[in-house]
Amino acid sequence: MDEPILEVRNITKLFGSVIALSNVSAKVYRGEVTCLLGDNGAGKSTLIKILSGVHQPTEGDYYFEGKRLTLESPRQARALGIATVYQDLSLLPLMPIWRNFFLGAEPEKGPAPLRHFDINFAKRTVREELYKMGIDIRDPDQPVGTMSGGERQSVAIARAVYFGAKVLILDEPTAALGVKQAGMVLRYIAQAKARNLGVIFITHNPHHAYPVGDRFIILTRGRTLGIWTKAELSQEAMIRSMSGADELEALSHELDVIAGRSMLAEAPPPAVA
Amino acid sequence: MTPQNWISITGVARILDPSSTLGIMAVAVALLMIGGEFDLSAGVMTGTTGLIAGLLATQAGWNIWPASLVALVFALAVGYLNGLMVVKTRLPSFIVTLATFFILRGANVGVTRLMTDQVRVAGIDQVLGFAEARAFFNAEFELLGATFRTSTIWWIVITIIAAWILQRTRFGNWIFATGGDPNAARNVGVPSDRVKIALFMVTAAAAWLVGIMSDVRLRSAVASEGIGQEFVYIISAVIGGCLLTGGYGSVIGASIGAIIFGMARVGIVFAGWDTDWFYSFLGVMLLVAVLVNDFTRKRAEAVSIAAAKARTEEGEK
Repeated sequence: MDEPILEVRNITKLFGSVIALSNVSAKVYRGEVTCLLGDNGAGKSTLIKILSGVHQPTEGDYYFEGKRLTLESPRQARALGIATVYQDLSLLPLMPIWRNFFLGAEPEKGPAPLRHFDINFAKRTVREELYKMGIDIRDPDQPVGTMSGGERQSVAIARAVYFGAKVLILDEPTAALGVKQAGMVLRYIAQAKARNLGVIFITHNPHHAYPVGDRFIILTRGRTLGIWTKAELSQEAMIRSMSGADELEALSHELDVIAGRSMLAEAPPPAVA
Repeated sequence: MTPQNWISITGVARILDPSSTLGIMAVAVALLMIGGEFDLSAGVMTGTTGLIAGLLATQAGWNIWPASLVALVFALAVGYLNGLMVVKTRLPSFIVTLATFFILRGANVGVTRLMTDQVRVAGIDQVLGFAEARAFFNAEFELLGATFRTSTIWWIVITIIAAWILQRTRFGNWIFATGGDPNAARNVGVPSDRVKIALFMVTAAAAWLVGIMSDVRLRSAVASEGIGQEFVYIISAVIGGCLLTGGYGSVIGASIGAIIFGMARVGIVFAGWDTDWFYSFLGVMLLVAVLVNDFTRKRAEAVSIAAAKARTEEGEK
C-alpha cells in the first residue's frame, strides 16, 4: 500500500467549551472508499468540515499528498483537488445539465469582445463525462430539476471528478434516496474509486457503506470507536459496533425494568377483602 | 383609422414606436428578474435622467452631450446603490427599490420646480448639440413608405446583444444561477452579489437611454415622466416568460412582450375601443401570462420526471 493521499492525525475540535471531536485520526487512500460512519451527533459533519477546509482543527495535523498543511478555506481545498459534494449539491434545478455542470468554470472561446461560453464543448463533455459514470443522458438541455435524486447526485459527483478532484468527500449522498436510487449512487461511488480517486463516503447506513467500502471509520460522540479494513470487519460486527452493542444491552435492560415495574403496578393488590 | 391599417407597414411602424423604448427597458428588467430581483425605480429613473440632462442643458447652458453623460453617471450610481443595499441587507429588492422610487419621484418634482418654477423643462431643442443627439438617439427615418424611429434600431440591437450575453456567455450563466439560488451559485464560485449589482446598474443605464430618447424626441421633460412604467416593464418581461421567482426567462421573450404591449395599445385605438380600459386589458394579459408560465413549467417538469423514472426503471432491469 502506498502512502495515504489525505491523512489527519489526532484531530481535536472545540466549539467554545464543547468538544466536537477528540483525538480523531483518519487515512484516505487513492482508489479506495473510506466510509465514515456514526450516529447523529457523532462528529461526522465536523470532521468533513475540517477535511474540506470549512473549519480549522483546534489541535492536530492535516496531511495532503504527504505534505503537512493548514487549509484556510474550502476554495483552497478545491484548488488542491479536495472536492466536497454536500447534500444540497449546489445544483440549480431550473438550469440545463450542461449549464449546471460548468457553472463557475465555464469553458470559453473567441477573442476578447466576442469571448463566449463554448456551448458545444460543454454539451459534448457533459454527455461524455456522465456516460463514463454509466449514465446515458439523451438531452443535455434537460433541466436538472427534472432528474431523479440519484441522477442529480451523479451529476454532482461527475462534476467534481471532471474538475480534477483527487479526493471526493460525499456527505450523506444516499440519505434521502429510495433503495433503487441509492443503488445507483453506490455504483457511481464505485466508478469514482475505479478512476483512482480517494473517496470519503459519509453515511449512517451500514447497508450502504459495507458493499462499496474498503475501510471503515466509526465515530461515536466525537471519538474514534475504531478503524477497520473490510477484511477485519464483518457486516454484522460493523452494525453492532455502530449501534453500540453495549448501549443496546443497557437499553434493553432498562426497558425490561420499566416493563417489569408496570407489570407490578398492574398486578392485583394482595387480597384484603 | 380602420382595422385594415393595423397590418400595413404604417401600422407596424406605429406599433413599434411605443414598443421600442418599452422593449429596451423590458430587456434590462428581464435580465434583472432572471437574476432574481426587481427594480421599481426603473420607470421614474427614465424621468430623473431626462430631467438631469435637460436641466443641465437648459438651465446651466451645458452642451447636451456632457449633460447626458452626467445623467448616465448618476443613473449608474443609483443602480449601484440599489444593488449594494439589496445584497448587503438581504432585504427584498421590491422594498429597497420602492424607497428609491419615492425618493426619485419626490426629487424629480422638487428639483425641477426649484430650478424652473414649473414641473417641466422646456426648450431642450434650443441647446448645444441637440441636432446630433436627436440624430443619434431618436430620429425619424423613412422605410418602405412608413416613418420609423431610430429608437427601434437601438431596441433591436440591444435585444440581440442582451440575448447573446444571457444565452452564450459566462456572465449569462451566472445570471441564471444567481436568480435560481444565490447560495448554490456562490458555492461553485459565482460572484452572485457582483452579478446582482451589475444587473441593477444595467437597468439604470437602460433607463438613462430611454430618458435621453424622450428628451430629444419631445424636446422637453416633465417631472412626472416614467411613473407607473416600472410595472409595465415587469409585465412585458413576464409575458415574455420570465418567472417572478427568478432563475428563468428570456430576453427575446421580453421584447416580444413589449411588441404585444404595443399591439394592444395601438390595436385598441384602431379597433375603436375605449382606451380607458387599456390597463384592465393589461391586467388580464398579466394574469394569463403568469398562469401560462406556471402551467407550462409544471407540465414540462412532470413530463421529464415521468421520462426520468421510466429510464431509471429501464436501467434497473
